[in-house]
Amino acid sequence: MSTRIDAELVRHIGKLSRIELTDEEVSAFARQLGDVLEAFGKLQELDTQNVEPMAHAVELANVLADDAPRPSLTTEEALANAPDRVENFFRVPKVIGGGA
Amino acid sequence: MTNTAQTDTIQPVVGLEIHVELATETKMFCRCRNHFGDPPNTNVCPVCLGMPGVLPVMNGRAVEFAMKVGLALNCTVPGYTKWDRKNYYYPDLPKNYQISQYDLPLAQNGFLEIPLSSGETKQIRVLRAHLEEDAGKNTHDIPGCTGVDLNRAGVPLLEIVSEPDMNSVEEVMGYAKSMHRLVRWLGVSEANMQMGHMRFEPNINLHITRGGVTYKTPIVEVKNLNSFRALENAVAFEIQRQYDEWQGNPEGFVLAKLGKQNRGYDDGTCKTVFQREKEEAHDYRYLPDPDLVPVTVSDEWRQRVAGEIGELPLARRARFMADYGLNFKDADALTQDAPTGDLLDQSVAAGAEAKRCVNLLLGRGAAVANERGCAIADIGVTVEQLAELAKMMSAGDVNATAADKIFEKLLAEGGQPRAIAEKQGLLTVKDLGQVEQWVDAAIAANPQAVEEIQSGGKKQKKAFGFLTGQVMQASKGAAPPAEVQKLLQQKLG
Repeated sequence: MSTRIDAELVRHIGKLSRIELTDEEVSAFARQLGDVLEAFGKLQELDTQNVEPMAHAVELANVLADDAPRPSLTTEEALANAPDRVENFFRVPKVIGGGA
Repeated sequence: MTNTAQTDTIQPVVGLEIHVELATETKMFCRCRNHFGDPPNTNVCPVCLGMPGVLPVMNGRAVEFAMKVGLALNCTVPGYTKWDRKNYYYPDLPKNYQISQYDLPLAQNGFLEIPLSSGETKQIRVLRAHLEEDAGKNTHDIPGCTGVDLNRAGVPLLEIVSEPDMNSVEEVMGYAKSMHRLVRWLGVSEANMQMGHMRFEPNINLHITRGGVTYKTPIVEVKNLNSFRALENAVAFEIQRQYDEWQGNPEGFVLAKLGKQNRGYDDGTCKTVFQREKEEAHDYRYLPDPDLVPVTVSDEWRQRVAGEIGELPLARRARFMADYGLNFKDADALTQDAPTGDLLDQSVAAGAEAKRCVNLLLGRGAAVANERGCAIADIGVTVEQLAELAKMMSAGDVNATAADKIFEKLLAEGGQPRAIAEKQGLLTVKDLGQVEQWVDAAIAANPQAVEEIQSGGKKQKKAFGFLTGQVMQASKGAAPPAEVQKLLQQKLG
């Protein structure tokens, strides 16, 4: 694997994931993620010359459901695990601007 | 577009991404209802809430709807398509990734033919159409926080991406409206703009030629436009703004130096506004979704869906012009939606004259539809009623004025045209003795008009029209106008 996990990359991933990282966490995660990548790097050693690319681990296709409604949760159930709520909404800190 | 002062030639180049919410009963990966306007967080379950350990199952109808749009857009629908995760973090996206299609979309490389005001059409190429899930909705009108409603999370969304083939505001609007008509026509989306069923994201820049050199302005993507008006205003504003900015800095305000930018749209001012550069916006780290198996599309399946498409708007419009002798404007008005044209076709099949039906539908019919804000097909006239009324007109049983009254009455109260005509005394009186009595009475009551006609002066024509009107009025519109005029001429000539 050519990608090296350094502090800068960990901070970048942290930013994408909207989480704040301390310097200690950055160096710890850099080491851990590096180990993970290295383990996967082992797979690179396999000869896949004559192996077809695969999009899915299960030999299955077209698992499709009928377009027929089934009961949803109640609003109380839906909000039961939420850290915070306001009226019948999930409550989050004030958001400004657009999404994706 | 040419600016005379500078003799610059300006060619706008616009591509359009359109998001269409599909009108399935249920969401894309769970069986919660896909329904607009319900109380917050009532159509939610562990799958669309992004709870751990749940498995999404693809909605078969959403796949077919997407295939149908793809095929109607002349796209290739490949035999193999799969699902990918697009990772980003936002409160309306509970899983922290959106299930979408990255490298193997359901449909690609098609085109949509759009009408131009010149009467010609233009093909706008469609790069791809892929399925993805919609996000929830953030509510900002609660003080001090944001509220999240996840009813919309997981609703099937079709993203249709055009090539940058549009070169004017008119072409952009032609494409957007043709697409709106198409998805409604196919029955795959209500495409109700007020409910956010259709959203636009245009990519706009200008190719400006000055003194033999062509300059390209930075491409601007305007995010999340929710109405035709917003789309039209945003594109028109951007064309002017980019030209103005470029004039101030012809070497600096160019694509090569500034790249692509995002702008938002302000509904209040009708202007686009700069959005803070999202430095890592495009780092979505797509990966195949291991929770969903691929979809393979067999020839049989593709052919069955293609067979359900039927005649498309432009083909039907051309047929109406050729077969029914309609002009472009009338044919276009009758092909805004499928059911209105069906009504016409079926009435003709029931023996009615096309021209009579068209006059009824586009006269009183269009007026009532406009009043009620619905399609002409939804004003509540049946094929039987329309065909009977048209046939009565062709047979000379009712004149146009009477037919209009009958039509109005049956739209308001229902009933059969002939019964209404009889009850209201609107049938044309074919008893010439009766007509003659009305003519004689009008002559006796209006000696001045009679004198003007017989003296042959310049008031003759007007007086004749007046007397005809008197007879028609006396008959409550039931006298046949041609007979009335013939009798008047005989008696006064």
